[in-house]
Amino acid sequence: MADIALARPAAAAPTTGSAWSRLRTSRGWLGFWFMLPAAAILLLFLAYPLAKGVWLSLTDTRIGRGGSFVGIENYEWLWDDNVFWLSVFNTLVYTGFASVAKFGIGLYLALLLNKRLPFKALIRSIVLIPFVVPTVLSALAFWWIFDSQFSIISWSLRHLGLLDHNIDFLGDPTMARICVTFANIWRGVPFIAITLLAGLQTVSPSLYEAATIDGATPWQNFRHITLPLLTPIIAVVMTFSVLFTFTDFQLIWAMTRGGPVNTTHLMATLSYQRGILSGNLGEGAAIATAMVPFLIFAIGISWFGLQNRKWQTG
Amino acid sequence: MAGLEIRNVRKSFGATPILHGVSIDIQDGEFVILVGPSGCGKSTLLRMIAGLENITAGEIRIGSRVVNAVPPKERDIAMVFQNYALYPHMTVKDNMAFSLKLRKAAKEEIESRVGRAAGILGLEKLLDRYPRQLSGGQRQRVAMGRAIVRDPQVFLFDEPLSNLDAKLRVAMRAEIKELHQRLRTTTVYVTHDQIEAMTMADKIVVMHDGVVEQVGAPLELYDRPDNIFVAGFIGSPSMNFLKGKVAGGTFRTDSGLTLPLPTRGARPADGMPAVYGLRPEHVRLAEGGVPVEVAVVEPTGSETMVLVRPPGGGAKDIANEVARDIACVFRDRIGAGPGERISITADPALVHLFDAENGRRLN
Repeated sequence: MADIALARPAAAAPTTGSAWSRLRTSRGWLGFWFMLPAAAILLLFLAYPLAKGVWLSLTDTRIGRGGSFVGIENYEWLWDDNVFWLSVFNTLVYTGFASVAKFGIGLYLALLLNKRLPFKALIRSIVLIPFVVPTVLSALAFWWIFDSQFSIISWSLRHLGLLDHNIDFLGDPTMARICVTFANIWRGVPFIAITLLAGLQTVSPSLYEAATIDGATPWQNFRHITLPLLTPIIAVVMTFSVLFTFTDFQLIWAMTRGGPVNTTHLMATLSYQRGILSGNLGEGAAIATAMVPFLIFAIGISWFGLQNRKWQTG
Repeated sequence: MAGLEIRNVRKSFGATPILHGVSIDIQDGEFVILVGPSGCGKSTLLRMIAGLENITAGEIRIGSRVVNAVPPKERDIAMVFQNYALYPHMTVKDNMAFSLKLRKAAKEEIESRVGRAAGILGLEKLLDRYPRQLSGGQRQRVAMGRAIVRDPQVFLFDEPLSNLDAKLRVAMRAEIKELHQRLRTTTVYVTHDQIEAMTMADKIVVMHDGVVEQVGAPLELYDRPDNIFVAGFIGSPSMNFLKGKVAGGTFRTDSGLTLPLPTRGARPADGMPAVYGLRPEHVRLAEGGVPVEVAVVEPTGSETMVLVRPPGGGAKDIANEVARDIACVFRDRIGAGPGERISITADPALVHLFDAENGRRLN
């Protein structure tokens, strides 16, 4: 003991050398060096574009003409713009309906796939298909499925004698909203289903057995075991789902381009239309920046409401 | 409380038979241990009693009621799992109260029952903790508390101590035994550890490959094992088996040793091939006995284990036919070191003789 106690001060003596060599070898700084490459990538490709976007939204830049600082004029302009508010409303409705439906169907599929099923591996890969197909391709497919003249749905219903005219899927405002939401649900379900399935598989089967012996019905098993244990994963997956849905662009742009009469315009599509197609970069950037508070709010709910569980480790 | 009756129970998973007709009678209040090597079907049998596996054929009765078609929650049993199966998102208190809450018991009743179980197990200070904040032994105790709270007819334990370290295992062993003496609830306990079985059980059921090899009190199994399997499974270090023949009032092993025949039981016919069973602790040092060479000496303080090698090579291992040294355990400290010669013999009152063909006991 005495030897060790005596030896310690010598070992801990400050290393001599330049400040740089100390930074290079210090344990505290080691973490910083390891973090640096990732931080550089994040700064370059995420922080910089975001900052640039916010800056653009405070200027009157147009394509081909560098703008000057105009303060919050773009936002004031948007505040009185009905189309902008319609796109906000559309985005909220689209995100709300699609996320709830995706969660419901995804959870149902995950529970189903977690059971002993024949051809489970095959069914699991089929479930993944919508996620694997590039969004633009599936959007084009839906565009044809919902075409006013060549829609397979209208065709089938007419041939079955249930209809005497084609349904105008993407021409009618309400119908168009339902169709794009449906396409988004179709595309988003696999991500949720597979992630929740992975979560379900981490729940030890003996917990269900213990609960069954304790007297739980299948519903009580789900309510008291599955759901609480899955909450942290639900929080993560639904945060992602809400973020992706809220910022959706491809699907809408390929199917309706925001029409008819702006009823399917989301904030992302409107931002693109105003900023790139019409060339008003400042205004487009303002619309895009206006999405940020909504996204932060969604992350906040998930973080404070669902993710922090006392019983979890850490 | 109630007894338990298992009548000719069979179980197959698909085409693979696991249990080939098992019958066990368990008296009210008895502590019965199912013991056997991995894959012998003991856990499957326990899960069938619990209702977690269905019964392919046969009958299980709890009390006087046939429970084959009764769902687990109506069987009035409680089970302690190997990994404890504590609900990670509930506090210790909620874990214990869960079954009562599902039963919609009154708040006062839940409080008093959980309080009583916590008192019995010394969990009062841990009631507001989550499972992850507990040590292995504490988790084990909570799992037992969850069972006690329900005041069931039968306790089922599925290898409850195998996740604990050796020291804690010994302590929990005593604790479970004491708990049983206090509550007197019929208990079925599964383990692969024969020491656990010997120290805790009123009655041991030795299982092997889906059949019951022997049922009996711990010392009964130790003193008079029915067959080679039980003889080799019960007792530590395990019994030495020597193949050979009965010859003129003695037993001659294939390796050429001459050992005394057992004094009790019928004397087998001369020339009959047999397996001689000799527990390490029944080997005696004797002048004029079998001369052997000491191979390894393992002193443990309280006793000394010595591996000895007979001149003509070791005893044949009956399972895989390889030569093995004879294990001896002496209460006295042995001065001899490796390479030295000692002379041993067997206590004829304590040796066993088994049929070389079917492994059954002969004496």
